[in-house]
Amino acid sequence: MKPAIEVAGLSVHYGEVRALDDVSLRVSPGRVTGLIGMNGSGKSTLFKSIMGVIRPDRGSVLVAGATPAAARRRGLVGYVPQSEDVDRAFPVSVRDVAMMGRYGRLGFTRRARPQDRAAVARALDRVGLAEYADRQIGQLSGGQAKRVFLARGIAQDARILLLDEPFAGVDKRSEATIVRLLRELAAEGRTVLVSTHDLHALPRLADEAVVLLRRVVFHGTVSGALRPETLAPAFGVDVLAPERAA
Amino acid sequence: MSILELVLEPLRYGFMVRALATTVTAAVVCALLSCWLVLIGWSLMGDAVSHAVLPGVVIAYIVGVPFAVGALVSGALAVALIGAIRDASRVKEDAAIGIVFTTLFALGLVLISVTPSQTDLNHIVFGNVLGVSAADVVQIVVLAAVALAALVVKRRDLTLYAFDPTHAHAIGIDPKRLGALLLGLLALTSVVASQVVGVILVVAMLIVPGATAYLLTDRFGRMLLIAPAMSALCAVVGIYLSYWLDASSGGLVVVVQGAVFGLVFLLGPRHGVAGRRLTRPRRRPAGTSPEEAAA
Repeated sequence: MKPAIEVAGLSVHYGEVRALDDVSLRVSPGRVTGLIGMNGSGKSTLFKSIMGVIRPDRGSVLVAGATPAAARRRGLVGYVPQSEDVDRAFPVSVRDVAMMGRYGRLGFTRRARPQDRAAVARALDRVGLAEYADRQIGQLSGGQAKRVFLARGIAQDARILLLDEPFAGVDKRSEATIVRLLRELAAEGRTVLVSTHDLHALPRLADEAVVLLRRVVFHGTVSGALRPETLAPAFGVDVLAPERAA
Repeated sequence: MSILELVLEPLRYGFMVRALATTVTAAVVCALLSCWLVLIGWSLMGDAVSHAVLPGVVIAYIVGVPFAVGALVSGALAVALIGAIRDASRVKEDAAIGIVFTTLFALGLVLISVTPSQTDLNHIVFGNVLGVSAADVVQIVVLAAVALAALVVKRRDLTLYAFDPTHAHAIGIDPKRLGALLLGLLALTSVVASQVVGVILVVAMLIVPGATAYLLTDRFGRMLLIAPAMSALCAVVGIYLSYWLDASSGGLVVVVQGAVFGLVFLLGPRHGVAGRRLTRPRRRPAGTSPEEAAA
């Protein structure tokens, strides 16, 4: 099958710091791929490269066979930011945020059409937030807030969804809901790439896993990724023990 | 003296009518822009650009082109210099902003001091709303209308930019262009407002109304109504006070705005200090979702 995301020989530096070093990766459509690695392993940098926010020093990124810029123009890529990157006090409602998923297909003033309102209502219904549509986003739990951004990606009808640490600060119930939604979205043929250090959620969530430490340490089955001999070098310590205890 | 006379007497003077018209115009545009500035966290940037337009305005005066042109060039130069210093040295952004805007503002003061016929230009620094001519009114209204139209037409994009520039980028809307649009409008608005309250106080009109409205509502759409309405009212009250107290008009407009912010900060029903204390026991359960309470 043609890969949805194809990264070849990607290297990114921030000044002296090497964030990504010769990363090559093919992410398949219709599957949930877990991207695991500790803080500073380059997960966010890889996401930013796929979205074209940062330009690589070397290597290339193809999204659905085209450049990231072309993919952006077609609205193919949806992004669910990590919690720290969201200002929850911002005076927007749940519906407002989901509607932002439609902006790419709206006109100069981004005035919503009836079909856009319908798409937003469907997306909010799907993530179970229909009754919270008028709430300001600060009045939601952490898990509900994550689902708002997932609804934005669904309203956008993004073929490729990038989720940055979607389980951080999320209660178990919301986590189960998000896992179920991501599995459904992948079953529709979408590409779901999830960065996480929540290793215990991985077997239920992902079809395959990529272990990142500035370069691809491992790419294969989830059980293969979770083997201590794979994780130890990537995390520097045996992280599974404290994760299981928690 | 009756209240009616207090209100009507100043209107017999043309300069008072012009003062009210220009102040309300500037107040409305500044207040709209301030809604985005306070949410992005660009208050210091507003301070910087509004000061940094001064040399551009002075040079525009000398060369004989519209003030707005000079302000845009000067404002863009300030933003470029701030970015260059921040990115190419170890100096952090707040220091870069402080260095650039004070230097450009100082350059403006130097240019004014060596330019003949300086009275007009000193008005830009301190504001002289009681002295605006009919031609000034026309310029202010035209610039304000341009800024207003741009803000209203692109309001959804600007809010997207303020809230989540990464998402904007991901769906093919260039956040850099939206940032540049906002900075351009900031420079334009600074010219409008500096003729009323002066360059030094413009930043107040660019921050206080948005911050006040933000304390009053959780809806951005309502902020865009509350901020200009409040700002316009404060402008009128400030101008009247300056007439009857024979005191600085620009100064009083800003003092009134600051006083209203203080009242809202203390007594605001939603996010006011006192209001929050009163409603705190009820707020918690109201803000919690049923789903979460069940978990």
